[in-house]
Amino acid sequence: MTDTDTLDIDRSVGDFSYPEKHEFDAGYGLTADTVNYIANVKGEPEWIREFRLRALDVFEKKPMPTHWASKDLEAINFDKIRYYLAHGQKATRSWDEVPEDVKRTFERLGIPEQERKFLAGVEAQFDSEAVYSNIKKAVGDQGVIFVGSTEGLIKHPEIFRKWFGKVIPTGDNKFSALNSAVFSGGSFIYVPPGVKVKHPLQAYFRINAENFGQFERTLIIADEGSEVMYMEGCTAPKFETATLHSAVVELVALKGAKIQYVTVQNWSANVFNLVTKRAIAHEEAEVKWIDCNIGSRLTMKYPGVVLKGRKARGEVISIALASDGQHQDTGAKMIHAADETTSNIVSKSISVGQGRATYRGMVHMPKHLKGCKNNTECDALMINADSRTDTYPAISVRGTGNAAQHEASVSQISAEQIFYMQQRGLSEAQAMSLSVNGFVNDLVRQFPMEYSVELKRLIDMEMEGSVG
Amino acid sequence: MIPSILEPEFMEQTLAGAAGKLIGAGPLLNDSPAWLQALRSSAWQRFEALPMPQRTDETWRFSNVRGLDLSAYCAPQPLAADAGDDLVARSQGLDQISGRMVFGNDRLLSREALSEQLRERGVLWLSLEEAVEQHPDLVRKHFMREDAILGSQKFAALHQSQVRAGTFLYVPRGVEVALPLESFHWMAEQAGACFPHTLIIAEERSKVTVVDYLQSADPASDGFACGVSDLWLGAGAQVTYVCVQDWSAKARSFQLNSTVVGRDARALALNLQLGSAAVRSESVSHLRGEGGRSEMLSLALTLGRQELDQRTFQIHEVPHTSSDLLYKVALDDVSRSIFSGVIRVNPGAHQTDAYQKVRNLLLSDEAEANSAPGLEIEADDVRCTHGATTGQIDEEELFYLLSRGIPKKEAQKLFVDGFLQEVIARLGHDALGDSLREKVHAKCGSNHHWHL
Repeated sequence: MTDTDTLDIDRSVGDFSYPEKHEFDAGYGLTADTVNYIANVKGEPEWIREFRLRALDVFEKKPMPTHWASKDLEAINFDKIRYYLAHGQKATRSWDEVPEDVKRTFERLGIPEQERKFLAGVEAQFDSEAVYSNIKKAVGDQGVIFVGSTEGLIKHPEIFRKWFGKVIPTGDNKFSALNSAVFSGGSFIYVPPGVKVKHPLQAYFRINAENFGQFERTLIIADEGSEVMYMEGCTAPKFETATLHSAVVELVALKGAKIQYVTVQNWSANVFNLVTKRAIAHEEAEVKWIDCNIGSRLTMKYPGVVLKGRKARGEVISIALASDGQHQDTGAKMIHAADETTSNIVSKSISVGQGRATYRGMVHMPKHLKGCKNNTECDALMINADSRTDTYPAISVRGTGNAAQHEASVSQISAEQIFYMQQRGLSEAQAMSLSVNGFVNDLVRQFPMEYSVELKRLIDMEMEGSVG
Repeated sequence: MIPSILEPEFMEQTLAGAAGKLIGAGPLLNDSPAWLQALRSSAWQRFEALPMPQRTDETWRFSNVRGLDLSAYCAPQPLAADAGDDLVARSQGLDQISGRMVFGNDRLLSREALSEQLRERGVLWLSLEEAVEQHPDLVRKHFMREDAILGSQKFAALHQSQVRAGTFLYVPRGVEVALPLESFHWMAEQAGACFPHTLIIAEERSKVTVVDYLQSADPASDGFACGVSDLWLGAGAQVTYVCVQDWSAKARSFQLNSTVVGRDARALALNLQLGSAAVRSESVSHLRGEGGRSEMLSLALTLGRQELDQRTFQIHEVPHTSSDLLYKVALDDVSRSIFSGVIRVNPGAHQTDAYQKVRNLLLSDEAEANSAPGLEIEADDVRCTHGATTGQIDEEELFYLLSRGIPKKEAQKLFVDGFLQEVIARLGHDALGDSLREKVHAKCGSNHHWHL
């Protein structure tokens, strides 16, 4: 049943499909040929090809950041990775092959049948055409562009090119360079001035194999006074055979614009999830990253906001759940670059079993700025005796006009609380789960409703396994 | 020609002890025992082999790694007798003490004897040289046993290969030394180098307070200092250690401190950071016995272009230990500070109670404070908290003082005083606290040294 031909893949899905709707495969390993192959197959303009090749050069020259990051990164073998796989090839698995625990999770989370197959990698595409068309039409009427990154760069070069690679330059880090060389998939969104997008835009609506790919690239531009909310990922485990996921997400909030970017990451436990996410907030703009990391083997992700305009505001709300064998290395960066800019970081992590949760933060307030403020709170909850948590913030403040405060705490669930609940008839697992849900509750409430419901169920499940 | 400290002759010279005659009593490390010679030459090899710190080293993040070229500094030379007498006279510490040693250019200049009573009870208070000669086994057991782990391995090795002067204190079981013991280390040479050493061994249930003063004879001179102080606390011991770092305004200095806390022992180490153009201070507390507690304190006022680089590590190695860190820095002019500290709880070290608090007060628009408070926790039944804040004097509070006719500079001084008072109060020693406060005030009044 692993033969792709036997799978029921709908290749006629409408306007969000890409021209290269065949089985393309750039093979294993990464060379200039791989990059050229991707550029050819995608029919990209010459400047993108050059951009990719330059990025490849940067990628090869940059060392691994293991002087501060996890040595686990050395386990990545770049020669054994496929850097580009077009539709169809990903679905090489039958439902029977999907591990029992994954199926059980789908069941518990109440994921619809159709979605389960996609998430488990049995189907390469998820037929969400109807939903996507509706959304696209609804927002299209307001002048919003909501397409894939390739379509964006080909059809809207005048907007795309102006901002692409400007928030996160190729050389930002080794993995942003890698993404710049081989990116495919992701979204391009442009919201015209003053438009407030009523519907949250979800990557979920335009799901196909590429969108949930390894090297997606998302660029969102909110023009003056506009508002948009974007969501990616889902709480259900995404079963993945590829072991490296390295996305780049760039957000631009022009004067007075508001962007909310919600991520729920639940890759399977063999995936290295090394993502670079950053926003530029112009005058009086607001950018809020809501980030939840549940899956993957190693996640390294530090969403950032460059507060470029006066009174800009940046916020990162982060939840990480690190279970056995996982390392959630997450955090936030706030670069204050204008007067009266404010930023807020709230991070909560839970370490279960031998899981390891790390918070890494950077707050930077250069001199000659006035009235900048940062608040950072990091709380870590330890569930088992061999769990691990780390906190590594770095705060630089210059001048008498600015203030920063950072607080972090590590605790465990209070035995008294558990005893109290057990006394009232709850099982230990139920009590634990209630306690953990209470720990993250104020953050979970900020997630869209369907996410927060699923998150709660997910925590219930994790706690069941950790007790005893 | 005075040899540079980086020339091999210097190394041989100090090893051979041929650098000259001591003014004070006591032998040099002339006939060092073979184990010490071997230790020192292997340390020198390590120093030469280890790379200079790079900006990209995580342990040197935010630090200015320039100015670490040591070739310009020369070996400490013996002082003329009158110069030595002058420094002894200038060594003004507390009024009530148990003893005082004065070193100049890494040579013992004078020692006020310990009371007969304490000597009879077995307290050893010797210069390092004497200790090597008279109690080689004790020195060997404790001399630089804890590795530098916060980035200055190279400089710890340099110290080990160069050290010749220092205080050795051994307090036997159950002995309490009521009054503080003081050591003065003077650097009295233009472009000189100095390697002060302090080793405190406090046996079971003993109690002692030690104060080190690190100073330059000429506040306008250049110099390099690399000191190490190691505290070792047996079960139930109580040690208070204060280090007043007041090298000249042009000096580059290192101060590497390690504390090993045994069962139910209590260590309190306080650094008052006043001098040096650039100072790197590394403090490691090993909580090694159950019930042990370590307090780590620091206060500083930085002026001019000073860079204060403080790194700390609170390592909870066993269950039921506590540590509490409070570092406060008031920054004026274009000075910078760096704080990087980690609370580490090893697997199994349950019931750890660890706290870390860093406060930076910015007094000028050009001052810069970098804080990196860290946690590494591998046990679940713990309480670990850290907080780092950077802010400025409250406008309203300042206005209140101004409206009562207090000039702005004076008001600022009051705020700095109040800000640093919290740390001094933790010392719980009035006379010592007053003397530290006076030193901070003196620095406020010595602006001219800092505005280069």
